[in-house]
Amino acid sequence: MELFANQVLAGIATGAIYACMALAVVMIYQAIDHLNFAQGEMAMFSTFISWQLMQWGVPYWGAFVLTVAFSFAAGIVIERLLFKPLAKAPVLTNVAGFIALYAIINSVAGLIWDFTIKQYPTPFGSSPFLGSQLISTHQAGMIGITLLMLVLLFFFFRFTRVGLAMRAAASLPESARLVGINTSWMIALGWGMAAAIGSIAGMMIAPVVFLEPNMMLGVLIYGFAAAVLGGLSSPFGAVVGGFLVGIFENLVGTYIPGVGNELKLPIALALIVTVLVVKPAGLFGRAIVKRV
Amino acid sequence: MTAMLNVKDLRAYYGQVQALHGLTFSLNEGSLTTLLGANGAGKTTTLRAICNMVRSTGAIEFEGKPIGARSTENVVRLGIAHVPQGRGTFTNMTVEENLQLGAISRSDKKAIVADIERMYEHFPVLKQRYTQQAGTLSGGEQQMLAVARALMLRPRLMLLDEPSFGLAPLIVRDLFRILGKINREEKVTILVVEQNAQLALELADQAYVIETGRIVMSGNAKDIANNEDVRKSYLGY
Repeated sequence: MELFANQVLAGIATGAIYACMALAVVMIYQAIDHLNFAQGEMAMFSTFISWQLMQWGVPYWGAFVLTVAFSFAAGIVIERLLFKPLAKAPVLTNVAGFIALYAIINSVAGLIWDFTIKQYPTPFGSSPFLGSQLISTHQAGMIGITLLMLVLLFFFFRFTRVGLAMRAAASLPESARLVGINTSWMIALGWGMAAAIGSIAGMMIAPVVFLEPNMMLGVLIYGFAAAVLGGLSSPFGAVVGGFLVGIFENLVGTYIPGVGNELKLPIALALIVTVLVVKPAGLFGRAIVKRV
Repeated sequence: MTAMLNVKDLRAYYGQVQALHGLTFSLNEGSLTTLLGANGAGKTTTLRAICNMVRSTGAIEFEGKPIGARSTENVVRLGIAHVPQGRGTFTNMTVEENLQLGAISRSDKKAIVADIERMYEHFPVLKQRYTQQAGTLSGGEQQMLAVARALMLRPRLMLLDEPSFGLAPLIVRDLFRILGKINREEKVTILVVEQNAQLALELADQAYVIETGRIVMSGNAKDIANNEDVRKSYLGY
């Protein structure tokens, strides 16, 4: 029983990271109808920035805030330079753009910081949380930071004018323009926020997976699985999907013999395929109905 | 009376297809004008061209200023509200959020709150439903909401694209009565595109008739209503 509780709590902790990645993916998907394959690499690059800042002597939380701000700005720049010109291009052109972005960020990070694994600090420590063996303080911190961010995002989208305008631009771009919303900038803002959310996920998971240019590959695949499970059209669904996938991953790894760490990734892919076959709109997404 | 909107030699294109062939017309300040025509005549395209939502050439002047190559959102911010065909309701948001979106380009918070209250006076049914998802409203209620959302801009000019579409006759009467009231009381100049020619001509003071992308008749709404050709083609008697 203790093993079960332990695995569920650990699943919630990593699930928090998947939830962040899924949310970042869904935010961009809502804005431009494409999946950002480079979301993980953007997060990885941000995490390296924060590491570099700490190497230069900036304290953890200072580096954290600077990195989030940098990522927000970088997300906007990427959208303006690369994806705004592709807005009316066919799907495959966009996919090529995302893969190019993935490759560029990955190699530039390797070039600057090389491919050796680096230790990444945690501000929460790694002792047992509240004296309990079930969960470590870092895992508790991961959950706490994620929940705080989600609450802030909820208030932003629910109660601020910019949040309202962003929702309008994502749901009906033409109507949004007709009330005077600059939808193009709303998309850029969405990119900035997605990049910022991803950077938080990167900095939270780095102490667990260690820092190196390929650290986000597995995390992003789980993020995709979470987004698909929750429904690509639902930010709320993406978050729930993230936690569910985190728990599922841990339980399967623990209780199904032979799965272990090696087969965890194929399980995420199997989950994506299963959801797409059985319930393509996901748990909370709305089925897209097109009149022809 | 001065012309609020001046359109000269407007030509619009969908890809290679030309939809408007040199439209010239003007709207007087404070007037209520209707644009009549059969399906495919170019009524919707005319409204979309004014807001730069389709590729077009020609000169459009609003209150003496050329609209030029402004983006749609910047044309709207000049004070031109556009209620599109199909209403453009944000169906997954509440009625109140839809109204707030109408005023999203304004920053006078107190006046916005007061305006929302004023919309509830014009359209009491919206007040009963203000926390409801706009998609759950009936067609008539959604059309009222679309008009209210457009008014939240505090527009000088309002463009309406077939507001009667798909609505029951009684509701259409009610809607047109409110449009007349808005035109008189709030001094909003209105251009309404309609298939329901009879009702539109009753309401309007000016009318234009358009056929295959050209204006074929213009004048006082009453004269147009009495014109034999118009009676036969559009009024059916």
